[in-house]
Amino acid sequence: MSLLALQRDMRAWLVAADADAASRYGSAAAAGLLVYQNTYRAQLVACLEESFVQTRAWVGGEAFHHAVVAHIERVPPTSWTLDAYPRDFPATLAVLYPDDPEVAELAWIEYALGEAFVGPDSATLDVGALAYIDWDTAKLQFTPTLRLRALTTNAPAIWSALFAEEAPPAVQVLPKPGAILVWRRDQVSLFRAIDCTERDALLRATAGVAFPDLCAELVEVHGEHTGITRAGTMLGQWLADGLIVGVTILQR
Amino acid sequence: MPKPMALPITPFAGFGLGLRKPHYVEFLERRVAVDFVEVISENFMVDGGKPRQILRDVRASYPVALHGVSMSVGSADGLDGAYLARLRALVDEIEPLFVSDHLSWTRIEGFSSHDLLPLPYTDEALALVCANIGRAQDALGRTMLIENPSTYIAFEGADMTEWQFLDAMCARSGCGLLLDVNNVFVSATNHGFDPIAYLNGVPHERVRQIHLAGHSRGQDMLIDTHDQPVPTYGTCTRMSCRCSGRSRR
Repeated sequence: MSLLALQRDMRAWLVAADADAASRYGSAAAAGLLVYQNTYRAQLVACLEESFVQTRAWVGGEAFHHAVVAHIERVPPTSWTLDAYPRDFPATLAVLYPDDPEVAELAWIEYALGEAFVGPDSATLDVGALAYIDWDTAKLQFTPTLRLRALTTNAPAIWSALFAEEAPPAVQVLPKPGAILVWRRDQVSLFRAIDCTERDALLRATAGVAFPDLCAELVEVHGEHTGITRAGTMLGQWLADGLIVGVTILQR
Repeated sequence: MPKPMALPITPFAGFGLGLRKPHYVEFLERRVAVDFVEVISENFMVDGGKPRQILRDVRASYPVALHGVSMSVGSADGLDGAYLARLRALVDEIEPLFVSDHLSWTRIEGFSSHDLLPLPYTDEALALVCANIGRAQDALGRTMLIENPSTYIAFEGADMTEWQFLDAMCARSGCGLLLDVNNVFVSATNHGFDPIAYLNGVPHERVRQIHLAGHSRGQDMLIDTHDQPVPTYGTCTRMSCRCSGRSRR
């Protein structure tokens, strides 16, 4: 048998416990194949347990283990790094818990915090430089660790309580759908729940829309006073959060 | 255009330690009595953040060996170019003492097992492994060390023993050896070969680093778990040290 065929058989054994594939390794290999399959699954289980500590605490150990087993069967690992394996687990939880959206939202928060922790480095904008910025022609540059996701529940409050080893609040569905942003400032991963206005503004700004154009869009939707006030408040919050790492001055 | 030669390995002798998370604070706060540290390359092949900064800080005080687990030099469908590019970036920044990985495969056609899977010691596998090591050494600009694995399957129809495979691999690819004494002992016990014959058979002049670790006893065989105290291994360790007379972990 060719090396490629052997390796395809091993994959079939590890992923699907394919007995035909295993038999082609010969009967003497049976005990060894079990060792490899056990190691394969144990690595993935450990990876998900370490990556989703609060989600596990929320759903309970047994339910979490069932979800992990389902995920390992549904999504074989593809990346050279185990750090990538947790990426699709929130989607599996969304399938397994269709009536409990906070479960997948909790898991996404944990995954995104982990991803931000090892994301690209960037220096927060020096506040001293702000005085010289012409905001009428400014385009904001955000930290490359910034991630956004839709939010329908109070999952951030649940996560925070679990992380602090306090009694978590009961699940609440948000009166209006919102969003959550996750990023890293210096060496610390952070998150903040936001409303849809800020989510839309962040999506536009990170897509390259200049700040004055963003202000004009907010004025169009909310009126001059509220629009300008909201733009100023969001900009101040983004700067305070360390989300902005640079400002490009556009030539107009 | 002629191809540049991979950088040879700088001579080095000393005692090192596998640097893991529980050690970070101690290594960053005071001088630890080791000559070098070894880290798992993949743990630091990240874009940025604290892990990479810790490695930079440790590197400022200690030589660092980069030891990989995911290069997959035995993959029948070749190496992952994106993986090599990330490893090269880490190598350029850290300027490691050694760059090593295992005689095994972990990946095939987009599937990554995250385990060091065994190879049959055949002429086909030898040609493929040597081609992959050659590509890696070209991409990294460095001579690599390849570690002998612990294995739990012996293939029927092998063309050579593991030590003959290692000897031929070093001769053809120009790589060095990372000799893991625990792995020799585990595989010898599991497959019933003589570990002394193994140590006599590997090319001693190619051994540049030695690993010592512990193992567990499974139901049918020894398992390389790295979670037990290091046995003395007696003759194996003495022979291994004689093999290299160089660095050991």
